[in-house]
Formats: sequence, C-alpha cells, structure tokens
Amino acid sequence: MVQLPGSVGVVKPQTLHFAQPLRLTSGASIADYMLMYETYGELNAARSNAVLICHALNASHHVAGLHAEDATGAGWWDNMVGPGKPVDTNRFFVVGVNNLGSCFGSTGPMSPDPATGKPYGARFPVVTVEDWVDAQARLADALGIVQWAAVMGGSLGGMQALSWTLRYPHRLRHCVAIASTPKLSAQNIAFNDVARTAIRSDPDFHGGDYYAHGVVPKRGLSVARMIGHITYLSSEDMAEKFGRLLRTQDYAFGYDVEFEVESYLRYQGDKFSEYFDANTYLLITRALDYFDPAKDFGGDLTAALARARARFLIVSFTTDWRFPPVRSREIVEALVAHDRDVTYAEIDAPHGHDAFLLDDVRYHHLVAAYFDLIHAEQNQTQVAAPPVAPQVQQGAPAESPRRAEAA
Amino acid sequence: MTLRSDLQQIADWIAPRSAVLDLGCGDGALLAHLRDAKGCRGYGVEIADDNLLAATRLRVNVIQADLESGLRMFADDRFDTVVLAQTLQAVHRTEDILREMARVARQGVVSFPNFGHWRHVVSLFAGRMPVAPEIPYQWYDTPNIHLCTLKDFEILAAKCGLRVTDRVVLARGDPVHWLPSLRATLALYRFQTR
Repeated sequence: MVQLPGSVGVVKPQTLHFAQPLRLTSGASIADYMLMYETYGELNAARSNAVLICHALNASHHVAGLHAEDATGAGWWDNMVGPGKPVDTNRFFVVGVNNLGSCFGSTGPMSPDPATGKPYGARFPVVTVEDWVDAQARLADALGIVQWAAVMGGSLGGMQALSWTLRYPHRLRHCVAIASTPKLSAQNIAFNDVARTAIRSDPDFHGGDYYAHGVVPKRGLSVARMIGHITYLSSEDMAEKFGRLLRTQDYAFGYDVEFEVESYLRYQGDKFSEYFDANTYLLITRALDYFDPAKDFGGDLTAALARARARFLIVSFTTDWRFPPVRSREIVEALVAHDRDVTYAEIDAPHGHDAFLLDDVRYHHLVAAYFDLIHAEQNQTQVAAPPVAPQVQQGAPAESPRRAEAA
Repeated sequence: MTLRSDLQQIADWIAPRSAVLDLGCGDGALLAHLRDAKGCRGYGVEIADDNLLAATRLRVNVIQADLESGLRMFADDRFDTVVLAQTLQAVHRTEDILREMARVARQGVVSFPNFGHWRHVVSLFAGRMPVAPEIPYQWYDTPNIHLCTLKDFEILAAKCGLRVTDRVVLARGDPVHWLPSLRATLALYRFQTR
C-alpha cells in the first residue's frame, strides 16, 4: 500500500455564479447557474501549475481533504491529491468542480428554475460531457487559468479530460485519462438503461418532479446504484470479498437478504439513495451514453483526435470489465497514429473499474512520475497571463467570465 | 548517461530525426538517447511495470503491452526503424514478430545473445546448459525460450524476407572480428525489410 504522507486538511467549497447563458449541445441553454468548486495548493505567478480534476458519476468537487462539518468525509480522490501525493498540492494548484446537473451544490435538477421558482426537476436540460467541459472552461476563465498543466479524471472524468483536448486543444498541456473509454459499448448503455428504468418506474418518481410531492424515488435509485456497483467490481473481487457467504445460518428458503453480497449491495444502494438525486443519476448516465467524440467523424476515433495537442497519460486496469483496457488502447492507437506523446499503462489489479480510486503502488508511482515531469517542465514553461486577470469573489457573481475559446 | 555498448551500436544505425519503435524498450534508455542526441521521435513497447515507470521518468513514450499485441497497434510503415534489442530470444512466435517488424518499418535492428559462443559449447560438452552474463538463467527458469546462433538467425531472417545490411558482434561489449560465431556473446543485425 502507498504511504499517505499528507492531507490538504480542512477545505471550504466555493461557489461561482455565471449569469451568461451557456449554450448546450442539445440546443437548449442554461443561464444563471452556479458551480461549486474546491481548490488545493497555490496558483503560481505564471499561472502554469493548475490541474483540473474531473469527477465521475457519483462524485463531486470534493476531491481531497476534509470538510469542517464532516471529519470522516475525505475527498473522493484523497489518496491521489494532496501534499506529497501523486498530484502534489505543494506543487500544483488543483481544482475540483461539481458538474452542471449534479447534486452537490452546482445547479442541477434540484435547484430552483428561475423561470418558475420551483425545482427544475424533469425540466432540467440534458447536458453532455462537452457541456461540462464548456462550463469548466468558463470556471478556468474566472480563475484566471489560461492553460491547465493537466486535466485529469477517471472513468467519466477521463472522458471530460479527453474532451478538453478536442474542444480546447491549446488550453491544456497534459491529459490524464484513467479507466476511461472513448465511448460506451452497447452493454454499458444497457446497464445505464436498466438503472434509469429502475428510477423512472419507482412510483415516487412522479415523472421527475418528486420534489413537489415531498418524496424521493429511493427504491429505484437504490436499485440503480446496486446495478452500477456490480459493474464497478470484478468478478474475482466479488468472489474474494463475498464468495457465497451467508449472513444467515443456512438457507432460509425466502427472499430476504441471505447472502453477504446481497447485504452489501443493498447497503450500498440504500446509502446512495440517501444522498444522491435521482434526476442527476438519469442525467449523468445519459451524458455517459452520449459521449462519442468520433460520432461526427463517421465513427473514426483517429480522425476525431486529430485536433488534440496535449501529451497523454492513459491508464487502464486489467480486471475492469466496465471500461476494459481494450477501450483505452483505442485511444492510444488513435494518438499514436497522430504521433502524439502518450504513456499507456495497463495495471494488473484485481479490483475492476473501482481500481482507479484505490491504492496501488504501481498505479500511484506512475502517476507521481508523470506529474514529476509536468512539474519539471512547467518551470520552463512560460504561460501568458490573461490580459485582465478577473477577480474571483467567493460566492459572488463573476462579472461575465471571459468567453470560452471557440469549441 | 552512458549508453550500454550494444545500444550505442544500435543508435549509430539510426538516422537523425527518424521515427523509431523500440520493442521491449526496457527502461527507455535507447529512446531517450535517440531523442536527446539525434532528435528522433518514437515509442517503446514494454510489459514490465518497473520498466514502464523508469521509461516514463525518462519522458519516453511507452506503451504497456506484450510485443505480440503491442505491435498490432501500429499502422503499416509507421516507423523508419524498429528495434528489438535482446528480446528476440524471449519471444514466443519469433517468425511472426520479425514479419510484424517488417510491416511497421523499413529498417529493422535485432540483437540477441549468441548461443554458439564457445563457452556455451563447452558447457554443453560438459553436460550442462550454459549460464553466462548474457543468459544468466537456469534452464528451468529462463525466459529465453528461443536461443539461436548467428547462422540460425541469418537463415530465419532470409526466410522472412529481411535483407541483412550490417552485422556487429560483441564480446562483453567489445567488437569481435575473428571467429565471431564462436567468440560473440552478443550479435547485432541491421536489415532492410523490403
């Protein structure tokens, strides 16, 4: 196990209000939205050491450290980000942002629709990975970050990192995509559909406007989480953790929880349904389904990646059957065709898709070595500061953040 | 950093600013040297975790894969030179690898420990499988499953349509000029693939 030298300590989330409408892939737009974010470390004078961490389905802006009110809730990538950790906050200014449509403080289906004053619910627009990236680019503008040293993420977060290299090729030097994929398979979409069907068929769902009824489609959301959770673990991992262990003395010849794995999954499902928003689950799984940068290139990923300029670190895990190594290799192959710099690791880890969040010496040492290089080169890189460095005021509306680079 | 003598010889055969694929690139020393000294660009293919890490530290593009599946990733004629240094003897499908090398590059370089070295012959005479600095394993734990002599390799190269243009043989790092088949510990071949 990797030693965990330090934590960023107690962190305070911040919010930024965006008055200007953001045009979405669907053609709709959203105005007056809020993004919740956290930062760790110090932005250097050249503004060249900023790293954006993108979250996956159920995570948030809370990447590292602790919140004062919750001493047990370490950030979701606390083993990766912190002083002396692979993404070393003594060197890098790390930004975590809760994506639009999520349920951890950024504007989403739970937020009031300015048009009605009631929660958006089912009326919240469907957003895509590209929309998130555009929103993140506006946040970067507001923070005065012209170019990220790296954009990094696992799973769906890796998709955002990849999308950055295509939408804003000159605004990042490195793309770190872990346990990710250039698009979902039919099987992946099928699992998402089962999860969504579970939510939508819960009588408490009320077509997405359950807030008005004072209920939450907990059963559906819990089942959705159980399905998702199965896909995050490897068969070997489940066999080792649970095998056929019973919680009861022997078979009870009924349908209540008897096997350990049932107990575990139901616990995970119930816990999740306590804090996650069902509409957000629909929205994020749909964003996963839609992600396919090759779509506009006749399915040709190599053609799609032609505009990428970043250097890449791609990591996959051998037992990840949700986004298996072969999907990462597709990205690597397309990059090699364009003579792009890429390091590709296929980590032989037993933990399936979840491995990207877990301690693994080989994985963490590699990421640390890669960020050492980024650190070494950023001392040589001179990044032009923006003409006018916008003032960021905590919680206050930013005066129309500078327009994002044309996508 | 000084380059291992066989890698230095390989580097001498590679044109400045060319595209290089190094199969079984180890710690990436050759690719790093080619980049720094000759402005070459390229990729390494490597299976071992520790080597992947070492190559990453040298800022070498390295792809973790076994050679057989790793090579499939690269388009026809993608590289100017493809290198297989001290790895041939550990490859399962030797002939396939040589043909795949021919597919991805016009020029190839191969190096391998010479199983025809006189000490190995003596060892076999004495009834034991050879163990030497170049092949340090016991017969039962060796990854070197396809050891060969200079002549063996030349026959296979011809069979695969590879046209050998240069050969350098080394004994403990120094060039050997007489009785190479018996005195070489390491053989290096440069060939055109078409």
